[in-house]
Amino acid sequence: MFKSGSIQSHLTLRDKIFALDLAMVGSIFAIGIISFFAMYSTDGGEFAYHTKSHIVRFFAFFILFFIVSFVRINFWYNSAIFIYLGILILLILVKYFGLTSSGSQRWLGLYFINLQPSELMKVGLILFLAKYYHRISSGDVNKIRYLLQPIIALLIPVILVITQPDLGTSFLIAFGGVVVVWLAGVQMKFFAYLGGLFLISAPIAISFLKDYQKSRILTFLDPSRDPLGAGYQITQSKIAIGSGGLLGKGFLNGSQSYLDYLPEKHTDFIFTLFSEEFGFLGSMFILFLYVVITWRVVNIGHAVRSSFGKLYCYSFATAFFVYVAVNMGMVLGLIPIVGAPLPIMSYGGSSMMSIMLGLGIVMSCGIHKEQPIG
Amino acid sequence: MLSSSSGGGSKVRLIGRRMFIISAAKAVVVFGVVGRLISLQINESKKYKTLSDKNRFREWKFAPPRGTIKDYFGKEIASNKQVYQLHLIPENSENLNSLLFRLKNILQLSDKAIFKIQRKIASQKPWDPVIISDNLTWSEFSKINLFLHELQGIEPIVSVARIYHQGSSSHVIGYVSKISKRDLQTKEYLRDMRAAGMRAGKTGLENRLDSEIIGNVGHKRYEVNAFGKRIKEVSIDQGKTGKSFRTTLDLELQNLSSELLKGKAGSVCVMDIYRGDIVTMVSSPVFDPNKFVHGISSKDWKELIAHRDKPLVNKAISGLYPPGSTIKTIVAISALENDIVNTKMVQRCTGSIELYGEKFHCWKKKGHGLVDMRKAIKESCDVYFYEVARKLGIDRLSVTAREFGLGKSLVEGFFEEKRGVVPNTKWKREKIGKGWYLGETLHSGIGQGYWQTTPLQLCLMTAQIGNGGYEIKPRLVVKGKEKDFSSLEQFVEEKKKFSDDTGFITDIFENFRYKPLFKNQENINFVKEALFGATNEPGGTSYGSRLSKEFIYAGKTGTSQVRKFTQKQRELEVKNEDLPYEQRDHALFVAFAPYHDPRYSISVVVEHGGSGSKSAAPIAKKVIKKLLERHSLRENMHKEGEST
Repeated sequence: MFKSGSIQSHLTLRDKIFALDLAMVGSIFAIGIISFFAMYSTDGGEFAYHTKSHIVRFFAFFILFFIVSFVRINFWYNSAIFIYLGILILLILVKYFGLTSSGSQRWLGLYFINLQPSELMKVGLILFLAKYYHRISSGDVNKIRYLLQPIIALLIPVILVITQPDLGTSFLIAFGGVVVVWLAGVQMKFFAYLGGLFLISAPIAISFLKDYQKSRILTFLDPSRDPLGAGYQITQSKIAIGSGGLLGKGFLNGSQSYLDYLPEKHTDFIFTLFSEEFGFLGSMFILFLYVVITWRVVNIGHAVRSSFGKLYCYSFATAFFVYVAVNMGMVLGLIPIVGAPLPIMSYGGSSMMSIMLGLGIVMSCGIHKEQPIG
Repeated sequence: MLSSSSGGGSKVRLIGRRMFIISAAKAVVVFGVVGRLISLQINESKKYKTLSDKNRFREWKFAPPRGTIKDYFGKEIASNKQVYQLHLIPENSENLNSLLFRLKNILQLSDKAIFKIQRKIASQKPWDPVIISDNLTWSEFSKINLFLHELQGIEPIVSVARIYHQGSSSHVIGYVSKISKRDLQTKEYLRDMRAAGMRAGKTGLENRLDSEIIGNVGHKRYEVNAFGKRIKEVSIDQGKTGKSFRTTLDLELQNLSSELLKGKAGSVCVMDIYRGDIVTMVSSPVFDPNKFVHGISSKDWKELIAHRDKPLVNKAISGLYPPGSTIKTIVAISALENDIVNTKMVQRCTGSIELYGEKFHCWKKKGHGLVDMRKAIKESCDVYFYEVARKLGIDRLSVTAREFGLGKSLVEGFFEEKRGVVPNTKWKREKIGKGWYLGETLHSGIGQGYWQTTPLQLCLMTAQIGNGGYEIKPRLVVKGKEKDFSSLEQFVEEKKKFSDDTGFITDIFENFRYKPLFKNQENINFVKEALFGATNEPGGTSYGSRLSKEFIYAGKTGTSQVRKFTQKQRELEVKNEDLPYEQRDHALFVAFAPYHDPRYSISVVVEHGGSGSKSAAPIAKKVIKKLLERHSLRENMHKEGEST
């Protein structure tokens, strides 16, 4: 900006604050505030446990977002491998020491938080692959030798998470990784091969699925198959959203959620609850805020000069957008229920931490966009 | 820029190009989500609003009928009857208080009952039914139906409830009652079964078989509108009636035994000495288990608790009595098996014996004169057994007693069963913390002192003597096909084949083993023959209760002291009948029948009944007669069970 072109290795805190993307920060904050109201409503109109806990987490991780933003991008570039390996170790620890809840072993019990490392891996993998492709020249991208490392880096966490079992998160991790590979310029034919491989391995993967996961997929294909079982969630969610109408039933008046018809209403189905109470306009507003965040992240990617920054920002923007799309698609009955939280809105510390960390690194790219990498 | 962007220009361009494709895809997805929102919230909003208002699924669970409990011949001991219930669904009533007031008048409910109902209503969801009464009489039921149009929120329901046909089996069958908090803690399966009117087994077989006999809870799911009115039934699951069980009991004998014990406190146990089938297990006085099904009134409860003869206790397995002279069979077997004495040993009985500075009395004041072991068993000479016990020692005696089933729990899953005490030196050191006195060995030799046995244990002990000294396992429930010898003849044949083999006699049907408890079967046979004398020869203690011909049996009387006679009472020749009831002796009798080719053993205990020969043996006599008369019926039933 005022020193454009020259090497900005000495940005002051003031410079950094001024370099923040206000549209993005504002959107995050707005979604945060809205989520407080939604959470208050899931608690039955009481200032109870979920609400309090959610507010504390949001502010804690919002501060984390700023801290991450102000750290020089070179630091994130340099520590990408360590972050990735660190999360990988946590994922392995989960296998042995993890807490099990409703048949899935996903959490590490730290005394202040139950950490879900698979959420962090969503960001960790993108960061790692962005660095990897930053370092190799575009001529090497399509050489088999250089394809091996990303594939291994992607498969290990995905397999660890899929066997927890957690279909939704493992899909989202894989998606983030594939996007980086795609953006780095890997030829279409490799994706075709991957697709073929996926089709072949699908029967094996299905054998890993728990019964309830199989039934969810079958039910999605034919919701009338079991109207009171797995299809119950989709049906009730659609009824809740549809009955919200244009303006919604009003704050704390979501009868579907109040009468306990909504499953997991403070986590995966938070959008349903919000949509029931605030209607089409409210839903559009939330969607708008997510689109703004995605757009701002893409915009920062556009402005960053290093290919690491571009790869990271573009990939994260895409992954972030997909998290939103998968969650909304799920509660709207467009895709099967896979268990994916809505960024920032959904209750859950690890998801919030992961999103704020990811957005913080984007912001760091933006603030230090002129700095050389490596 | 620097090194990274040497080929970087094209790289950045490539990234940008591919990002453009992704952005286009994102736009499509956003349109998809917006389109879906428009379709749901604007186009179809009306449909979903109606669904939201009317389409609320609600579920009502209902209790399944319990399985029945039958006797060996298929006669029902516990089954289900139709009952008229009255349910109240709070959210369906317009004015709850006036409704309760109306009900109070129609059904003559007490203020306390109304208060209980109100508390129940407050504790559950407004659409969950509250049971006002689960056992309306027909006249009440028809009265309610008459006023039904004014009683919104009330539903008369025809349901089923447990009924027990005879009181004679109230202890062994047990009873069901409302599920308590404790039941939910101890019986995990009950947690998913919280339906209105659900009952759980509390004692006896009802408790032991509860998880299988209880069945599966059914449910009805309804679509209801915003006001809780049922619009349509979505799904209905009738639940599953619980599994029914056939027991080894013979209801006729249960009834006869119960009848014979009427007015007395005591028990009768009968066991098949080869199969271990418990044919009779009766405790007296009986209680009416039906009173518990719909909640026992506090007046009835207090009466049962305060009753002198403790009607709720199953005396057959929870009553503990010193075995008295019935233990002499075991003392004799133990002494013979351990080669301490032989059957020829002679002892002079003068009515008492002085040992260790203490005087030990025989029940016969004048003494038996010269007695050998057969006569000692037959006439139950105490002095003789003081001497045998002294030589044998308590520790060896306790080993034999345990082998023959004393001091062990015998029926699985009966929390009320007591194990009793088989005393020995180690037991006394551990439990009482004192050393064993030799005098106590003498008391133990005639079944007094620390001994504590249940009537069922005595019955098993006698069964294992009666069958020639083989271990059997008592059982109460017939499970599917009986893995057993199809006939006694077959068993006898098998037994002969292995008679000189000290190892196991393994059943040809596998997993059914007869383990010999003896070293030399002659010893068992000697005791059996001596018991024949006790019942069938003049001078025998139960001669007065003998039967003839095919009913000839062999038995041993016993009298267990509740308190020791004082020297003064002995001198005054105080008769048992003259003592206060609580201080009178318990009368015991054990027997196996028929003597030739025995099939059953029996134990009879009459609390405070005086001597075994006077009050217990006559009861046993009548039961044995009926038992043997019914033997062929039972065998036929057994063969049938084998073939089906």
